[in-house]
Amino acid sequence: MSSDVLLFVTTFAASAVEAVEALTIVLAVGVVRGWRSTLIGVGAAGVVLAAIVAALGPALRLIPIDTLRFVVGALLLAFGLQWLRKAVLRASGYKPLHDEGAAFARERKEAASASPAGSTARIDWYSFTVAFKGVLLEGLEVTFIVITFGSTQGRLGLAAAAAASAVVLVVAVGIVVRGPLERVPENRLKFAVGLLLTSFGVFWGGEGAGVEWPSGDVAILGIVAFLGVVSIALTRVLRRRRRPLTAAEARA
Amino acid sequence: MKYLRAFALFWWNFIVGDDWRVAVGLAAALGLTWLLESHDVDAWWLLPVAVALLLAGSVRRESRTGG
Repeated sequence: MSSDVLLFVTTFAASAVEAVEALTIVLAVGVVRGWRSTLIGVGAAGVVLAAIVAALGPALRLIPIDTLRFVVGALLLAFGLQWLRKAVLRASGYKPLHDEGAAFARERKEAASASPAGSTARIDWYSFTVAFKGVLLEGLEVTFIVITFGSTQGRLGLAAAAAASAVVLVVAVGIVVRGPLERVPENRLKFAVGLLLTSFGVFWGGEGAGVEWPSGDVAILGIVAFLGVVSIALTRVLRRRRRPLTAAEARA
Repeated sequence: MKYLRAFALFWWNFIVGDDWRVAVGLAAALGLTWLLESHDVDAWWLLPVAVALLLAGSVRRESRTGG
């Protein structure tokens, strides 16, 4: 039961972060260049994503569960540790905080400076391509998260429901605010998600390598606690040693 | 060719990212865990400890060069 709750929360939070990033790109391009081609790009990315899920789903059933856990655990560990590393560096001031407002302004400026959108009857390929790439890349990451969490725990439906809830919530908030999603505390969310992805990666990667965890599934909570303490301690140590960012570094 | 390169770059960024040493360290830790477990040595502690050390080493390097 506790691992189901943890699986739902982790998949929901990780998917919400990816959805925020995709939505920031789509909103910036849509506001500046118009919605028609942007939404066609979003739709096309959705179709490609659905095709990838349809192709990957049946293939997963053919792979032995221990092999799947080992591969998925290793991938999740590599991916999660990158998030956690960046989150520690941001929290300690060594990397500028990721600002969705700034990302929105940057995307908007780039969209505005691109070649004119053309007539309303034709596709604006700039809007289409940017929206397509943004949704496809972030969507692929959500798909990967759902497939890994769902298949290794045997709860694909629960993981898909968590991801779908996150995407619906983020899109609903995006429609309401119609601007950058500054109110979503993305950096704290990324710290927590990086910690959870890394912890699940350790757990499944270990199981795939033949480890029998003390206390079974409850060991996930112990891994989260251990890596959480390590990450917070590293953040504090780095913060004490930090020199202020230069103006150029802060703008980067 | 362009799409193949973009696909390879996506996976490189996804798995390796900014610090290739972390990816190599993780592969070594997973391999060592598998090796110990296949020789009936209890190695559940190895991965959490390795991850903590790799994280500490990576942020320390970044704080010295980038911070």
